[in-house]
Amino acid sequence: MKLAVVGAGAVGSSVVELAGEYGHTVTALADSRSAAVDADGIDPAAVLEHKRTEGVVGAEDKTAALEAEYDVLVEVTPTTLGDAEPGFGHVQTALERDRNVVLANKGPVAERYGELQDLAAASDGEIRFEATVGGAIPILSTITDFDAKHITAVRGVLNGTANFILSRMAAEGLGYEHVLAEAQDLGVAEADPSFDVEGTDAALKCVIIANVLAEGEREYTLDDATVEGIHELPASALELAKADDRTIRLIGEVSSETVRVSPRLVPADSALAVTGTRNIVQLETTHAGRLNISGRGAGGPETASAIFADIGRLGSR
Amino acid sequence: MSDSTDGVRAYTVRLELVDRPGELLRALEPIANQGGNLLSIFHERGNLTPRGHIPVEVDLEANTEQFDEIVSALREEGINVIQAGAERYSEEIVIILVGHLVDTDLSHTLSRLQEETGSTVRDFSLSAPEGDSGESSARLRLATQSGQVEDVLGTVRDVAGEKDLRVVEPLAGGEA
Repeated sequence: MKLAVVGAGAVGSSVVELAGEYGHTVTALADSRSAAVDADGIDPAAVLEHKRTEGVVGAEDKTAALEAEYDVLVEVTPTTLGDAEPGFGHVQTALERDRNVVLANKGPVAERYGELQDLAAASDGEIRFEATVGGAIPILSTITDFDAKHITAVRGVLNGTANFILSRMAAEGLGYEHVLAEAQDLGVAEADPSFDVEGTDAALKCVIIANVLAEGEREYTLDDATVEGIHELPASALELAKADDRTIRLIGEVSSETVRVSPRLVPADSALAVTGTRNIVQLETTHAGRLNISGRGAGGPETASAIFADIGRLGSR
Repeated sequence: MSDSTDGVRAYTVRLELVDRPGELLRALEPIANQGGNLLSIFHERGNLTPRGHIPVEVDLEANTEQFDEIVSALREEGINVIQAGAERYSEEIVIILVGHLVDTDLSHTLSRLQEETGSTVRDFSLSAPEGDSGESSARLRLATQSGQVEDVLGTVRDVAGEKDLRVVEPLAGGEA
């Protein structure tokens, strides 16, 4: 298939690099200021090198990518809240052109789910967004495969940065600020870590899960979530948890029409007590008990893997 | 993934033992054999039941399945089980409070929690590395009535909120 990739960060770059391996051709790549377009396929190495040296992917205007020839628009621009722009506009343009859209950007799916579904319904194109939740882990597709009506609750660790901080604090007895600085040095945490440590990122993922579970009967946005983060949690809290064979994890929960993200006590040997940047999701099913799925919840190639899985699913409905 | 920690909760079992050597040990064996975790034993040697037996109260942790096995194993052993599980305090919740615990009158916080939640603080640990004036953490084990966990946690949140304390709650319904 022909892919137009909007967003040239870690995920977008990985999609461009790996597309050939999956049998796809990238016909356009856009970053926030420019675009590289070639109906026969852009040269991944050259374009990414151009981005590295010049700071932009190409000489054309960003809109050229949206107007280019493609089967699938891969929307991987940074997540924005509220009106979820410019991501939402990109998706709209593609669907109105009857093209398919695969997103890793959480904004449009968490904040404007209903509008997104309406646009998709009116289009010959499809919309898929497995990569918005849990990186490489197949969460949304598993919910769909099991049928949302047969999933009673979903809970899990959905933010690798927060989990890294908590597991380092517990393992080393170090303070929050110390571990946060370390995470920033390692590139695990952003310079402004608030999106991760305040629980917003995990909450957006839970809202997306809630939307998928609700199957259009109700629409959820970030405002429907109760969110408490891990910022400023003292080392003494983790110490006390440890002394009782427990630990603290930032847990997202979706059940009986509530969405909640908060630091919670879990047994130290619980499946939910994953360490480092790992993510895990537990699905409670009506006839098959509990299902645990874990893996890498973030990263360029990991998220790109989920995007290629979605591209592979297009047309299967 | 092991399911053995799923749904583990605290139970209180009241037993009647015949007054003869080795009887208590015999009563405890089924608990260990079924994988239960013995929390405490209250052996009222001075008291006698109307039938002249010695009442013993045993607190243990087990999952529902293990607990059922324990009670039937005790009965098979000919041990009289007076009451099992349907006790007043049959669920335990562990929470961690974070904030200026000492400054905000910790003992007042604890007594309010007991009064307003109708639960008992079974166990309490404080960690105040910055001394009395800094932020500290406390771990509380609350024994509460079965089915009341959500209400108790709601009340804990309210009381803690008034004192600007954070509550790290257990994960209900999950593996906690």
